[in-house]
Amino acid sequence: MGYRAIVIGSSTGGMEALRIILEVLPKDFPVPILVAQHISSHSDNYLAKFLDNVCKVSVKEAEEKEKASPGQVYLAPPNYHLLVEQDGLISLSVEARVSYARPSIDVLFESAAEAYNRDLIGIVLTGANSDGSRGLKKIKECHGLTIVQDPNTALAEAMPRAAIGATKVDYITPLTEIGQLLNKIIKGKSGDKSGYE
Amino acid sequence: MIHDRCLNNLENEDLEIRFLLEAIFLKYGYDFRDYSKAHMKRRIMHRLSLSELNSISQMQHQVLYDRVFLETLLNDFSINVTEMFRDPPFYKTFRQEVVPVLKTYPFIKVWHAGCSSGEEVYSMAILLKEEGLYERTQIYATDFNVEVLEKAQQAIYPIDDIKDYTYNYQKSGGLTSFADYYIARYDSVILDHTLKKKIIFADHNLVTDGVFGEMHVIICRNVLIYFNKELQNKVFKLFYESLRNGGFLGVGTKESLRFSDYMEKFDTISENLKIYQKKFEA
Repeated sequence: MGYRAIVIGSSTGGMEALRIILEVLPKDFPVPILVAQHISSHSDNYLAKFLDNVCKVSVKEAEEKEKASPGQVYLAPPNYHLLVEQDGLISLSVEARVSYARPSIDVLFESAAEAYNRDLIGIVLTGANSDGSRGLKKIKECHGLTIVQDPNTALAEAMPRAAIGATKVDYITPLTEIGQLLNKIIKGKSGDKSGYE
Repeated sequence: MIHDRCLNNLENEDLEIRFLLEAIFLKYGYDFRDYSKAHMKRRIMHRLSLSELNSISQMQHQVLYDRVFLETLLNDFSINVTEMFRDPPFYKTFRQEVVPVLKTYPFIKVWHAGCSSGEEVYSMAILLKEEGLYERTQIYATDFNVEVLEKAQQAIYPIDDIKDYTYNYQKSGGLTSFADYYIARYDSVILDHTLKKKIIFADHNLVTDGVFGEMHVIICRNVLIYFNKELQNKVFKLFYESLRNGGFLGVGTKESLRFSDYMEKFDTISENLKIYQKKFEA
């Protein structure tokens, strides 16, 4: 088995950071990508439209009980938490904000860690709070791969710094190199992730 | 072989959650076994972290012997995040697309399933009143959580929310001033009591209870997202059977018939706002 999913959490400056990462991925990228970007609860789906326009991979807002499929990027809808079930179906929730955020990065990461265990890559990007660090720790505990944007390349460095402080992350990578890193890891390891069985 | 702590713990926690939900069902009849697993796990772990209990198994023991703790869990498991005129375009489209059809009926039965603390029920009452339909309407507002039903019946809400509700009301195509519908006292508002006239609040559980009438409209918003796919299908079936031919179903804007078995049995009035109409059966 190889990696089965990637989760990304971003906040302040995230729109641009997501564009830089996602636009280098090929159209047939072999795993689903789930994204929690902090966004105003009154927003429409402009972020999905914008990213879908500039990226080769398809980008859309996640829908309730939709199967997370390869080659597709799913964004948490504004004002909803995004969770993954163990069978890979997407669940949404309007339960209370977590660390003032809905969507919350921790909620996405923790549910994905439980659904995909070691076959998950978690990425924390730019942001001015500490959301995502608890979730990234959980991914690490479940033996998933953890990546954090190098804080020196982040518009807001608090969130990546908090993530680095919370767990021993596998890669601390400049923003412009994260996309290529994903291509390399997925190409090298997908379908051939040895060393743990 | 993998036998690390994390995976082993996860496996055990999944089992413990199954036992807990089974225990609640067998002892009290509340059935959460087909709720979304990811959602239930979050709620249970949240309660565990707030409690003095050390494990989900201890929680199971506690709930069997302590009815008060059951009430706590019921409150944890039912998400009561709601607002008046939530998703204003939903109400606007309802006015434009559904109301003209309702106006052709001599009486109208509306079922608001999973009404929580009632904000959206009163929103519908206001809308129907403004459209001149309220006097010939009967609204059934149901929830399995008796505590929130009592709140709904009181129709008292925090004054801090009124600014947002006023904004929503205006965006929803409201015809007058939202201030006409409440009286403010200290830090609360109480809604105009005539809005309650045609509302019956009742304890009804979507998972375990059945059809109780033939409806022209069913509203059930942001309830189904907490169910797994099988249970969603079961509830869509219940709604289908509870609607008359040509009756309308409104669900949350992120909920959809699309991934269910009942898509073909409804026409889509608004795909974005999730308003559907039951097809006429021969």
